[in-house]
Amino acid sequence: MPNINNAYLRYGDQVLFENLSFQLAPGKITCLLGPSGVGKTTLLKLLAKLTSVGKHDELHADIIGADGVAIDLDVAYMAQEDGLMPWSTVLNNVMLGAKLRGEKKDIAKAKILLEQVGLTGALNKKPKQLSGGMRQRVALVRTLMEDKGIVLMDEPFSALDVITRLRLQDLAVELLKGKTVLMITHDPLEALRMSDMVYVMQGQPATFSEAIIPEGTAPRDASDEKLLALQGQLLKELSRVDLSLLP
Amino acid sequence: MLVIRGIIITIGLLLIWQFIVWAGHIAPYILPSPWFVFQTLFQDFGIIMSQAKATAIETVLGFLIGVGFGALAALIIAYFKSLSLWLLPILIVSQAIPTFAIAPILVVWLGYGIASKVAVAAIVIFFPVTSNFYDGLTRTPQIWLDLAKTMNASHWKTLWHVRIPAALPNFASGVKIAAVFAPVGAIVGEWVGSSQGLGYLMLNANARMQINMMFAALLVVIIITLLLYFIVTQVLKRIIVW
Repeated sequence: MPNINNAYLRYGDQVLFENLSFQLAPGKITCLLGPSGVGKTTLLKLLAKLTSVGKHDELHADIIGADGVAIDLDVAYMAQEDGLMPWSTVLNNVMLGAKLRGEKKDIAKAKILLEQVGLTGALNKKPKQLSGGMRQRVALVRTLMEDKGIVLMDEPFSALDVITRLRLQDLAVELLKGKTVLMITHDPLEALRMSDMVYVMQGQPATFSEAIIPEGTAPRDASDEKLLALQGQLLKELSRVDLSLLP
Repeated sequence: MLVIRGIIITIGLLLIWQFIVWAGHIAPYILPSPWFVFQTLFQDFGIIMSQAKATAIETVLGFLIGVGFGALAALIIAYFKSLSLWLLPILIVSQAIPTFAIAPILVVWLGYGIASKVAVAAIVIFFPVTSNFYDGLTRTPQIWLDLAKTMNASHWKTLWHVRIPAALPNFASGVKIAAVFAPVGAIVGEWVGSSQGLGYLMLNANARMQINMMFAALLVVIIITLLLYFIVTQVLKRIIVW
């Protein structure tokens, strides 16, 4: 169960966030909800070691493993852009990780997962022949093909239309069962439908709210009254932002 | 449609050319009529073709060598980042040297034969290939680099499976420019000293005021260039399908 302690990001004398600490619940979906510009993506990239630090920026997080020793997170990463390689087929795209590591490709697993997301007929298609929702499903399978301890997701469905987004949220929850997931989003409904634990990240410097634990199990019904009430509450909280801080 | 437009443009230009010669009573040794040029082309077809063959061989060899070395240089400076700080300035300085000016030196070094022409052609096209390909290699979309990194890909695997394919469209732009400039390089090489080739033919024709032969040879140079460009574009289209 990795603890993230004392994460901070400073650009010169501007502090985006500092002293952020939280815990990733193993086998659960944890969600960071916050307005854009608050530093969510940077925090996620920091955990994935994807940030290159500028000269005057200070960027750091202590990541502590279960036994209290500092660790590097071994993560699978899924972003808002699907990042599919246009020159590869769907099947080869989902097996990208094995190719990049020079490992044996697990074609059987790839086919099973692609079947679960309803893309059996698209195995040999190129990404440009697919719709946005299909492409993001391919990206989801590619993420699942990575047998990593932690899955990091950066607004993975925000470029999709509402119906496709709801369907993909259901699918993702089902397929991510048992995995330790950290997802960031600016959509309260997405956070409440999918996650076991929601932190609201806002302010400058940004801070976390108390953990919000929605009732029931994910994926939750989008028309559930309690969920909608909670969504309304979160929307109110999120829009209570100092206008001068808006990006 | 493109073919029809091309034919109409060509015929139109030829008619204007013919009209200017006819209306202006221009002497054939100043500006031969297109008809006269065609006549020359057919009468001396054997000579022109044997010279064209030499030029075509130089062009293709120069093209292949120039593209090969250009691509290699781009890969080296993209892969060894620290080396690029040293190599990039040298590369740019080398391009500041006018090819026309060093062509005679290349003839001194490499002789009157085919080697000096191939070298000039390769040098002319080296830079556009390197520059375009390198540009592509350094502009890989961040998401792909992020993915490669989280997938624990090595530097080399990332280059081979992500950065190179991502840069191929840029590489193709460089290669297309190379296809157009390779014949120019070969002709320049022939111009400064040779015993065969269309450049050699033109040089001799020019000295004897056989302007009709000049134009006939020029026409063949244009055809070689268009042919090379067409073939290269088609091949690239097959390879880069996205």
